[in-house]
Amino acid sequence: MPWIDACATDDIETEDLIRFDHAGRTFAIYRSPEDTFFCTDGLCTHEHVHLEDGLVQDFEIECPKHNATFDYRTGEALRAPACVNLKTYKTRVENGRVQIDI
Amino acid sequence: MTKRDYSLLGDDARRAVDSGLAAAEWYHTDVPRKTMKALMTRSDQPAIRDTIILFGAMIALAGIGIALWPSWWSAPFWLAYGTLYGSAMDSRWHECSHGTAFKTRWMNDALYQIASFCMMRNATTWRWSHARHHSETYIVGRDPEIAVMRPPAFIKLVLNFVGVFDVAAALPRMVYNAFVGVHPEEKTFIPETEWPKVVRTARIYVAIYAATIGLAAWLGSLLPLMVIGLPRLYGAWHHVMTGLLQHGGLADNVVDHRLNSRTVIMNPISRFIYWNMNYHVEHHMFPMVPYHALPQLHETIKHDLPAANRSIAEAFAEMWPALVRQLRYEDFFIKRVLPDTAKPYREDFHAALAAE
Repeated sequence: MPWIDACATDDIETEDLIRFDHAGRTFAIYRSPEDTFFCTDGLCTHEHVHLEDGLVQDFEIECPKHNATFDYRTGEALRAPACVNLKTYKTRVENGRVQIDI
Repeated sequence: MTKRDYSLLGDDARRAVDSGLAAAEWYHTDVPRKTMKALMTRSDQPAIRDTIILFGAMIALAGIGIALWPSWWSAPFWLAYGTLYGSAMDSRWHECSHGTAFKTRWMNDALYQIASFCMMRNATTWRWSHARHHSETYIVGRDPEIAVMRPPAFIKLVLNFVGVFDVAAALPRMVYNAFVGVHPEEKTFIPETEWPKVVRTARIYVAIYAATIGLAAWLGSLLPLMVIGLPRLYGAWHHVMTGLLQHGGLADNVVDHRLNSRTVIMNPISRFIYWNMNYHVEHHMFPMVPYHALPQLHETIKHDLPAANRSIAEAFAEMWPALVRQLRYEDFFIKRVLPDTAKPYREDFHAALAAE
């Protein structure tokens, strides 16, 4: 698959995320406290609530509905009610744009 | 008039799923992302302060109670200790189940385990039941935490001020979980991978209570049970009083927390015991916001909410007659007026669901 252009790096604040929809799928793109970028599926694996309104703390994303928590670098489910890991995707930055490999 | 079936395995549960009510998107007041991020920010400091005060007060009160035992002069100290044990622990259980009390996860988890034990709530089971309560708040047949069913059972409501029915339900379930396994109703909201934890937790609780009862028998005194176990009864009144107000007399089977939840302005002592859950519409709409930021969230979104009740007494004066009326008219509920600045309720959506 080719790299998909998702957003400008400045579109995401440090320690935050945005939603990115592409080809009928939805993703979450994160900017870490170290200004590195990560991408996961957009929906929580618990009840499929979108993570876009969730809270990013360090390298974790917390679902806005039930506070399930994931490590967005690896997708690992860290806190119930999530038991299933999030799928993650590779990212890269080219000319100030965040690209994802889906 | 509709007869409600509150069983999680019953007709209303099936209807909620079939009509789409169980999976519907809930109403949220618009809050700018920057503001919401600030409100959601976690901190250890407020909860560490409150936890030191809570456990410090419990140790002091129980110590005085033990020193004065068996004199009746110990009674007020037991009442105060019991209120912290049987009521403040309810709000600690709740906030920590959301993981919002502390920024540090192990602190949340530690207080959650202690509070769950005090409240006789299986720490694993209730984490999942509360997730369902938030997904499907007061959806009949789906929400396992509906405190006031219709028609209201007033004897049960009143006796629960001293925890009678809660404990009468909790103890057999604890023994069932410890020796039989996960109950069929619990299997509807707890993933199978978590079932062994439910059993392990129940066995630990049974062992602690058995040891406490054994100690009381050996000493020939109620004193050990005054410290562990009985305060869940004699100290329950405050959490029942405030808990009834959360949703009592309001709508069910809706997807707008402004219709099914109540915010009540309370005195500072009740707010400490209740950990600000008096801001209940706000909490349900934005469960990511920690307890210490709820007053600020209230100020941010109150333009979109019905006016808060101004006191516990005022809220009861609103709720109690509605519960009485629900004895004869189960479909009756209080529909509170929104301010002019609010977005209207989704009448058409709820009417369509009701017609399903």
